[in-house]
Amino acid sequence: MLAGAMSSRADIRIEPDTPENLEATTEEELLPLYKTMLSIRRLEEASAKAYSVGKIGGFLHLAIGQEAVCTGAVAALRPEDYITSTYREHGHIYARGVSARAILAEMWGKKTGVVKGLGGSMHMFSKEHNFLGGHGIVGGHVPIAVGAAFKAKYHGEKRVSAVFFGDGSATIGGFAEGLALAALWKLPVVFICENNQYSMGTPLYRTTAAPDITQRALAHDMDRDRFDGDDVIKVKRRIALAVERARETNRPTLIEVRTYRFRGHSMSDPGLYRTREEVAEWKKGDPLVRAKRRLIEELGVDEEKIKAIAAEVKDEIADAVRFADTSPASDSYLPYVIKE
Amino acid sequence: MPIISYREALNAALREEMQRDETVFLMGEEVGHYQGAYKVSQGLLEEFSERRVVDTPIAELGFSGVGVGAAMVGLRPVIEFMSFNFSLVAIDQIINHAAKMYQMSAGQFHIPMVFRGPSGPAVQVGAQHSQSFESYYCYVPGLKVVCPSTPADAKGLLKTAIRDDNPVVFMESELLYNSTGEVPEGEHLVPFGKAEIKRAGKEVTLIAWSKMVEVVLEAATELEALGIDAEVLDPRSLRPLDIDSMVESVKKTGRCVIVEVGWSMCGLGAEIAFQLQRECLDYLDAPVERVTSDDVPMPYAKNLEQEVMPQVKDIVAAVKHVLYLD
Repeated sequence: MLAGAMSSRADIRIEPDTPENLEATTEEELLPLYKTMLSIRRLEEASAKAYSVGKIGGFLHLAIGQEAVCTGAVAALRPEDYITSTYREHGHIYARGVSARAILAEMWGKKTGVVKGLGGSMHMFSKEHNFLGGHGIVGGHVPIAVGAAFKAKYHGEKRVSAVFFGDGSATIGGFAEGLALAALWKLPVVFICENNQYSMGTPLYRTTAAPDITQRALAHDMDRDRFDGDDVIKVKRRIALAVERARETNRPTLIEVRTYRFRGHSMSDPGLYRTREEVAEWKKGDPLVRAKRRLIEELGVDEEKIKAIAAEVKDEIADAVRFADTSPASDSYLPYVIKE
Repeated sequence: MPIISYREALNAALREEMQRDETVFLMGEEVGHYQGAYKVSQGLLEEFSERRVVDTPIAELGFSGVGVGAAMVGLRPVIEFMSFNFSLVAIDQIINHAAKMYQMSAGQFHIPMVFRGPSGPAVQVGAQHSQSFESYYCYVPGLKVVCPSTPADAKGLLKTAIRDDNPVVFMESELLYNSTGEVPEGEHLVPFGKAEIKRAGKEVTLIAWSKMVEVVLEAATELEALGIDAEVLDPRSLRPLDIDSMVESVKKTGRCVIVEVGWSMCGLGAEIAFQLQRECLDYLDAPVERVTSDDVPMPYAKNLEQEVMPQVKDIVAAVKHVLYLD
């Protein structure tokens, strides 16, 4: 039964000083996550470069600085879990396992792109990876992710639906209604707000009277968590708690991860609404720098090993750029309008 | 063949399709415990339980989006709007999401889904509950739009809609819920894109859908008394639109009047008239004429409401006009 009686009041809120050390890790765990984050950053840097010379058109929204959130969150999910994201989704779909080749070829508008050049930067999908998009309407994708969870519960599957959105989504109806329905029907959704402090050029304090996004969970008796997204292991651990709660009990959670995009909202945004000092301050918490420092200082990983990974990533992205450059142009928009 | 109401025909289609396919579910306001605001879902909760007949809070955008997401991963949602006027708060999901997903994902995700509910004027429900939005949805590639005018079509088209792999906007008429007619039992499917000639005639083609078919047939009877032989054609689905049957009819009659309960500006009749003049200009003996509602928000007072909507006398006058009898 979907419409169930309400359970007792819940307000699971994990504070940063939780006694359990959720940030402990090993080389085996952190090294591959570091590599994923580095690939995402290099992939996005390559796309920025391509955009500036006209190889990519339309809108291009980069998440440079936010890599720990998508990487840590996806690592907390199982392959059968669903992921739905926004138009700032390059990192999510890459972390999910779609190749840099298919991602860049898509931005290049090529036939070999993950959606054959029909979606572009904002609309990437991969059924094989249970990746439900790539959506360009702020907040509109939130109830869609709730729908995927509805299906999981409908069939009694132990499957979680994770949805990413920005702080800019926190004010729109799609988010509000999606949150309300997931709570009402007890659906296995993990709502992950990537709070990068700005909805386009407007800072959070000018868009909401309640800048703690997770307060919205209280209205629905929903569990919540809120933390900084500088450390990929912390992100993974904290989100895993919500994921497993959803999987085992169908309880949704609203999570807010505080992060920062080092670049503008999109390629056309010079970021004049924030100071150089502010950006510099946030860059001190660069998740890549932090992960690298942890690998070397805390886990004793040889620097040569990290350099080798950087070289591998460089080759991977260079290969993807070549692939995108040399792939055939997208050639047909007709077959996918109506399914026969 | 049993004679049942339009409402019962819709109910039978839902029941049969839910029995046939476990992935079909009904979701909307008051569909379950209340048995449907217009009783279309009467008895379904008892048969299929809360798992498949899902009452929602008042959140059309949210539950339409839940339907889109569920459709992406393999369910066949039927989303009920208590009125298509309320579909406007969910139009983001219908147009920006449901209609786009198959294309944006390059065929990886399709949306086998029905948005259904009453549409068009009812009786004195005022400006916010009397609108006809078929042209909004017909405008959008990726959607199908269906407007049944009889109980048999209501059943046959709804069953087809539920089995369709695309998002279907299924617009019922509140004024037809109590109308009755012969409806085949069990498997009865009416294909999309196939118009029906409701009345054969030689002198003028009258095109109408949904509730307006009834009004036009009444006008045709009146015209017959005046010695005018009208053909009446109901496209049944508006997207896909069976323009070929309309062209064929107009080539025969040489004259055409399109009747719709929506407004004139950008109404579907304008598109049909365009296609007809392009396909059969040399066969037309008069410009295509249209009868629509007046260009105003619907007033409440009964006499004014009647005045705004297309009436038999308006249709008769339009026919006389294309026959140069006025």
